[in-house]
Amino acid sequence: MNWEVVIGLEVHLQLATQSKIFSGSSTRFGAEPNTQASAVDLAMPGMLPVLNEQAVRYAVLFGLGIGAEIGQRSVFDRKNYFYPDLPKGYQISQFEQPIVGKGSFTVTLSDGTTKTIGITRAHLEEDAGKSLHDAIPGASGIDLNRAGTPLLEIVSEPDIRSAEEAVAYLKALHTLVTYLGISDGDMSQGSMRCDINLSLRRRGVSEFGTRTEIKNVNSFRFVERAIHSEIERQSDILEDGGVIIQETRLYDAERDETRSMRSKEVANDYRYFPDPDLLPVVLSDETIEAIRATLPELPEAKRERFKKQYGLGDYDAKALCDSQAMANYFEETANAGGDAKLAANWMLSELAAQLNAHNIDLGQAPVSAQQLGQLIIRIKDNTLSSKMAKQVFDALWQGEGEVDAIIDQRGLKQVSDSGALEGLVNEVVAANPDQVAQYQAADEGKQKKLLGFFVGQIMKASKGQANPKLVNELLNKALK
Amino acid sequence: MSVTTSQLSEVATLARLQLEAEQAEPVTNAINQILSLVDQLHALDLHAIAPMAHPRDEIQRLRADVVTETNQREPFQAVAPAAEDGLYVVPPVIE
Repeated sequence: MNWEVVIGLEVHLQLATQSKIFSGSSTRFGAEPNTQASAVDLAMPGMLPVLNEQAVRYAVLFGLGIGAEIGQRSVFDRKNYFYPDLPKGYQISQFEQPIVGKGSFTVTLSDGTTKTIGITRAHLEEDAGKSLHDAIPGASGIDLNRAGTPLLEIVSEPDIRSAEEAVAYLKALHTLVTYLGISDGDMSQGSMRCDINLSLRRRGVSEFGTRTEIKNVNSFRFVERAIHSEIERQSDILEDGGVIIQETRLYDAERDETRSMRSKEVANDYRYFPDPDLLPVVLSDETIEAIRATLPELPEAKRERFKKQYGLGDYDAKALCDSQAMANYFEETANAGGDAKLAANWMLSELAAQLNAHNIDLGQAPVSAQQLGQLIIRIKDNTLSSKMAKQVFDALWQGEGEVDAIIDQRGLKQVSDSGALEGLVNEVVAANPDQVAQYQAADEGKQKKLLGFFVGQIMKASKGQANPKLVNELLNKALK
Repeated sequence: MSVTTSQLSEVATLARLQLEAEQAEPVTNAINQILSLVDQLHALDLHAIAPMAHPRDEIQRLRADVVTETNQREPFQAVAPAAEDGLYVVPPVIE
């Protein structure tokens, strides 16, 4: 392709407050329509907004998390437009003096390289209500439960050059905000929505081309697909010598294409001005430092610590730091079991497979970190072979009790007593003189294969409880 | 600073104000007179003065993040022009 793609993203992040940004209504998701919309949210005459302290704290935490400038004096403005789900006729937002200024954010791509993406700003604003077009025939229904929900709009620089980078950025942002605890990041409930600004330019040209804005894309997969389809659309137009019209478009996932939003507005002119209902927000150095003191260990620092402290490789460290819950579970398992590598292996194979198969989160897993740690202790002290350990894990998953009780109940103890095993080995060797002769006549490669036969016989005789490592050693001796 | 009749009609559209054709010129003139008053402010040297976000020199008080409101849907919808199934009903809007 002759074209270089230039992308900037605007992410609307729903903050995890209990109440709305300017009123004491609940922000709980899924309530009956309009049961969480107060007089302030409905824009009744005479109502005044009062700013939620937690929303401010969360915005500052985000700014500190990406090392951005914090707006020690920020101002709320009115963004004016008419739409039925916006009862005031304006959205309270921030324009010239946002709460978070310039910062940057480094993401790791699939080939292991890193890319730093500039953050232009992040500002606080209120969400609008919801318009339902199918609920009432011939009319639209308005649910204002969402009106006034606090949002942090995070605006990136046009530094992104591919769909892959866009998705990597969003995923890293998602990990960061859930670590910070400022948002549940639940995309299915609209907690993280994304507008994509996209333009193309000929390679080597420094000016940007005309961009379009794709509104409200709400999953990583759709972001990727929307970008691909918009690149194709724009490059087709440009290849044919056409021009791109600056406009707002919607991504239609069913048809996998973007289409123009037929806007009835003459032009978007939001006529921002400072909201006289709200005074400037001023944050002292002390306040900012007090918030900084509550910063948790961030994903990047945690990954590095896991590599150093637990001797993990890049892949394991990254996978285990995907969420704070995962990282905590790992540390608890590693400490309880005394083996970090085994803890990582079990989490990323057996545990991950079960979570996937049952489509549940780690928080709902029926096997606790302490239990997995105990299982690892029993693998390390040779009580369990890895095959037995899998059986115990399955039993733990089914809620059959604690590790040692399951081992007892099922009689799963691995026999590691060489005296007892020696007897078995000798019996099996004595019972199969033909195979012994074959073994002794074979070359080294073939011997290995024949050894499997003996191991199998011994495992069978021991009802699967012989320690396979010890059996191998004893057999090697006996067959010499 | 002044505005033309067509700029005025644009602003009127954005503000959802209906401006009759015969009103266009007198209203434009009236607004331009107000703007000429504002123009007098240009005579002041405001170089070193930061713009004010609010006429009162105070800062925003914050409230604790606590749910204090209860469900008032019934009284609110009783005064709404139209409501159905808990939703406020408006003329169809489709983007």
